[in-house]
Amino acid sequence: MLRKGLALAALGLAFLAGPALASTHPKEPKDVHWSFEGPLGKFDKAQLQRGYKVYREVCSACHAMEQMSFRNLGQKGGPFYDPKYPNPNDNPYVKSLAKDIQVKDIDQDTGDVIQRPGIAADKFPAPFPNEPAARASNGGALPPDLSLIAKAREGGPAYVYSLLTGYQNSPAGLTLTPAQHYNPYFPGDLTSAWHGAAHHVPQGGAIGMPPPLAPGKVTFDDGKPSTIDQQGKDVAAFLAWAAEPKMEERKEFGLGAMIYLLIFSGLLWVSYRKIWKNIGH
Amino acid sequence: MSGHSTYEPKTGFERWLDMRLPIVRLAYDSVVAFPTPKNLNYWWTFGGILAFCLGIQIVTGIVLAMHYVPHVDYAFNSVERIMRDVNYGWLIRNVHANGASMFFIAVYIHMFRGLYYGSYKAPREVLWILGCVIYLLMMATAFMGYVLPWGQMSFHGAVVITNLFGALPVVGPSITTWLWGGFAVDDPTLNRFFSLHYLLPFMIAGVVGLHIWALHVPGNNNPTGVNVKSAEDTVPFHPYYTVKDGFAISVFLLMFAVFVFYLPDALGHSDNSIKANPLVTPTHIVPEWYFLPFYAILRALPDKLMGVLAMFGAIASLFVLPWLDTSKVRSMRYRPTAKLYFFIFILACIALGFCGAKLPDDQVIPGFTSFQLMDADLNSFVWLSRIAALYYFAYFWVITPLLGLTETPLPAPESISSPVLSHPATTPTGAVASPEKRG
Repeated sequence: MLRKGLALAALGLAFLAGPALASTHPKEPKDVHWSFEGPLGKFDKAQLQRGYKVYREVCSACHAMEQMSFRNLGQKGGPFYDPKYPNPNDNPYVKSLAKDIQVKDIDQDTGDVIQRPGIAADKFPAPFPNEPAARASNGGALPPDLSLIAKAREGGPAYVYSLLTGYQNSPAGLTLTPAQHYNPYFPGDLTSAWHGAAHHVPQGGAIGMPPPLAPGKVTFDDGKPSTIDQQGKDVAAFLAWAAEPKMEERKEFGLGAMIYLLIFSGLLWVSYRKIWKNIGH
Repeated sequence: MSGHSTYEPKTGFERWLDMRLPIVRLAYDSVVAFPTPKNLNYWWTFGGILAFCLGIQIVTGIVLAMHYVPHVDYAFNSVERIMRDVNYGWLIRNVHANGASMFFIAVYIHMFRGLYYGSYKAPREVLWILGCVIYLLMMATAFMGYVLPWGQMSFHGAVVITNLFGALPVVGPSITTWLWGGFAVDDPTLNRFFSLHYLLPFMIAGVVGLHIWALHVPGNNNPTGVNVKSAEDTVPFHPYYTVKDGFAISVFLLMFAVFVFYLPDALGHSDNSIKANPLVTPTHIVPEWYFLPFYAILRALPDKLMGVLAMFGAIASLFVLPWLDTSKVRSMRYRPTAKLYFFIFILACIALGFCGAKLPDDQVIPGFTSFQLMDADLNSFVWLSRIAALYYFAYFWVITPLLGLTETPLPAPESISSPVLSHPATTPTGAVASPEKRG
């Protein structure tokens, strides 16, 4: 009896205490339709080309893509693939893209560190020589490598797109340092920076990257209007391709494998029925 | 049962070889003429499926090892190189990574089948224990394999799991240091995990050999749980079960292919696409799905050592099950009460898996605060896992022993061929009518 009473009292107290303060969750990524969704989805080549331009002209100032080489841009399924050049190292467009970028090398005669124009086999050069240098140039924040970013974040390319296009003015009551920027899609917990009503901590987090995109910041060669939304979508698609350049090959192979297995299973089922025909079991 | 060999060498070479090394005879007796109960349903095809999974993992693993670099500075990039530059590397790696999950799906079904039909009971105790050994080896192999890509979840998962041994009194810290090969998870740890990850599958293959040997002495159990009485109850393994297992493997492969080709990352974690960084801990460290029930048991207890002991106890309970079960009736077809408790057991295992993926303090029913009990709110995943873990242990240590003594089983059929009181899915007496309705 006493125990029951205590339990009931505890129950009452718990209700009085009100709901526990849950930590904030970032906003769900926006709903985007991608051409590469679904079992038959393919990348939109023009979109990948625009996306590469956004990466090259905007993102690459701070973000490395260490898994990527210029030749990848011209490989099958890549943004600049040309069936005339099955070896992407021969693709003249890829070669010219690489040539525009200076890469670090060693002079073979003197051993000095030099800069030379890139070739298709070169990796994308990193914007900073090391992590401390990257942090020093970015207010202490480390710009993550983007090679796998579309796989390394919950929500994938939709998250990348939402983050890039989702910057908002920081709500009144949120105190951020000048190096921080409010973004409702960025995971984090703003409780300590929040001075408003305790139950209404804003969603999202404080990101070190200032809003990177602006209307007209990149000129698209195919004449697409260069809005923030278009730039965000295109670069997210490019990063999705870069995270898994073999995705189209995977899906194509998969279709054949599924058809083969279906037929094979059907044949085995017929054989099974035939062999077991006279066995009562 | 195994009985006498009916193998007759047909060619001169076979006769010559049979006098010296009767390997063809062994194969013939094991996979051709082997008398198998004719009433095995599709739950029995998972043995073949598992052998197939092991083969796939070994073959893909050997190819991956040709391209993988077990070094903290290169491991992550070498895996990415496999995904991007190695011919069909993406296929081999997706098959291997998802193959581990497929292997565990199959092994869990195989184990639940053994539990339901009483396949662990006399005379198959050794067969069951060898299966438990394989399962234990599989868990060790899968855990070490998950560390190799050296992503964030690989690294921090390795830290959490190896630290568990540190909870053991006196020897704990020494064992942890010994496992690490140093004072933290680092290059020596990665190297030994790679070495062991390559070794253990061959040990599994060896124990699988013993498992099959131990199966072929008493012969297969069957859905009725009744012993084979005469030759009428059996069919030769080939072609009857080679074709049935083959069909099942092919259907299983269809499901496997859906994951490999269309959902290759669905069973993984996005944090493992980030290179390991010892200085940045992921917000939630979660193991792969197949470890989640044990992870939930580990976290259900407030004390670390107790949690570790409970987790190992959950596996140890499987080993002693043949001696915990007091019921003489093998198949739960004829044990309605046991059947009920068994289905609750499956639910408890699923609930534990669910809890393992959640933060312990998150609410099960959102927005409802009940009251604090011990160290957590009653409406939290930690309490759900406590209840489910309690049932897990009660099922083995209380329910199973008592049920055999108290329940009244239904009458079992005389033999496999004459199921007097048959299962509804089985047509009485050896008629041919509507075979499509039978498993």
